[in-house]
Amino acid sequence: MSTLTMDGLKAGSRLEKILARGHFAVTAELGPPKSADAAVIAAKAGHLRGNVDAANITDNQTAIVRMSSIAAGLLAMKEGIEPIIQITCRDRNRIAIQSDVLGAYALGICNILCLTGDHQKFGNHPTSKNVFDMDSIQLIAMLACMRDQKKFACGDEIRNSKKAPVVEPRILIGGAENPFGDPLEFRAIRLAKKVEAGADFIQTQCIYDMERFAEFMRQVRARGLHEKVKILAGVTPLKSAGMAKYMRDSVAGLSVPDSYIERMDRAADKPAEGIKICIEQIQALREIEGVAGIHIMAIEWEEKVAEIVKGAGLWPRPEPDGEPGVRS
Amino acid sequence: MITAVRKPFAEIAGMLEGSGKVLILGCGTCVTVCMAGGEKEVAILASTLRLANQKDGREMQIAEATIERQCDREFFDSVRDAVVQADVVLSLACGVGVQFLGEVFPDKAVLPGLDTKFYGAAVEQGVWAERCSGCGTCVIGEYGGVCPVTRCSKSLLNGPCGGSQKGKCEVDPQNIDCGWQLIYDRMKALGQLDRLEAVKPIKDWSTGRHGGPGKIVKEEALL
Repeated sequence: MSTLTMDGLKAGSRLEKILARGHFAVTAELGPPKSADAAVIAAKAGHLRGNVDAANITDNQTAIVRMSSIAAGLLAMKEGIEPIIQITCRDRNRIAIQSDVLGAYALGICNILCLTGDHQKFGNHPTSKNVFDMDSIQLIAMLACMRDQKKFACGDEIRNSKKAPVVEPRILIGGAENPFGDPLEFRAIRLAKKVEAGADFIQTQCIYDMERFAEFMRQVRARGLHEKVKILAGVTPLKSAGMAKYMRDSVAGLSVPDSYIERMDRAADKPAEGIKICIEQIQALREIEGVAGIHIMAIEWEEKVAEIVKGAGLWPRPEPDGEPGVRS
Repeated sequence: MITAVRKPFAEIAGMLEGSGKVLILGCGTCVTVCMAGGEKEVAILASTLRLANQKDGREMQIAEATIERQCDREFFDSVRDAVVQADVVLSLACGVGVQFLGEVFPDKAVLPGLDTKFYGAAVEQGVWAERCSGCGTCVIGEYGGVCPVTRCSKSLLNGPCGGSQKGKCEVDPQNIDCGWQLIYDRMKALGQLDRLEAVKPIKDWSTGRHGGPGKIVKEEALL
């Protein structure tokens, strides 16, 4: 089980230090391009640099083919962004994932978020075969085993030969949680399993229903989970009333309260209203005991992250020791 | 049982193009029960083929037969002559039956008339639903009698994903129940929710399809 402290850092990443020092962390999402265009990463990174502690590099999210998260993460790192590589269980088995984790770490990547992955039905290759060799909880356990026991899932030591040194990937391990999925009573149990498996931090699905999230956090605190894992609450700024309604009606596991939809409907400047709502949400989320940071998923709207972070009073970002992505 | 549905007529007609003598061979077990490849379905397909051939002026002799099972050698004895006389045998058995027919008659061209689907149950009159994936290591006992490998679209062993909504799976909310909602409800009713709190380790998939084609040898049954 995981408790982050400055003595004995697990990965030494900037994100880990921010969380270990008790700062309110700020992460954002950086979606790789649907092409080989590295300039897209540079442009998005430019919007995030200095405004977030680390950025999630998504792994073919919604099962649409994009640049690989590890490659895009390396490009982001060159742009001064500490990456949190997302790995899903949809496309790779335990052999491929462990291989990628070794490679990612060798390239300087120290944060990984473990996800089940959206079903391929929702993407642009719905006739493909999925893998799901493991689930996200087993993935967390596998990474914890690699880091802490210095062993592969099969039990072999992580060394090139019997005489070679053990060189294990020292990764900060994240998990996701959707506080709004069904069965509701199982969500906190599922979070507890992620903590038991070895998650150091959790990023939640985007939150609009603050009451339901508060109830989820009550269950989390009742189990003492907030003391064992750093929970970053997810937010997604609304761009339009249409987006708010789409989120409410078409995204599984999301409920958007009518009050937000009415505000978006009424507003003359809808994007500005969306940002305003987002900032209010962050301020409210900060007040909830057990929320250790915020995860801003500004979908194809990365240029607004600075405004949100500043508006929420979370800028400038604290500077922990070391440079982004550089191990101490 | 093993469930199947008949291939589209145009596909079957296309496969049989140019065949002189065709035997349509039904199977009397699973595919009879799921109304895809039994005696009745053989008769319907034969009539449809004859009509189509008549309309299009094709010469084709069509014979019909159905045996108890196409996955057991002994049942083929009764149709040996019919098979030998045919140029091609269109089997309305599952994929197992079609292949075994070809093994019993290695010189004969065999064709599949059905698309084999899954191991399922008749959940209501005329409706069959998948219940087992044949993973080779049954874990149902740990999940209140509901199989997460089969009933969850992602075969998750540690709980539902975020796509479970109102008891339905986001992959197809009209037709698929969330397997994990079913597991949760059963375990709750059994007073065993605490059993779902333990982290289940990665599964050994080598006992099923991923270990290569399976084989069972029962020593005491060998001759």
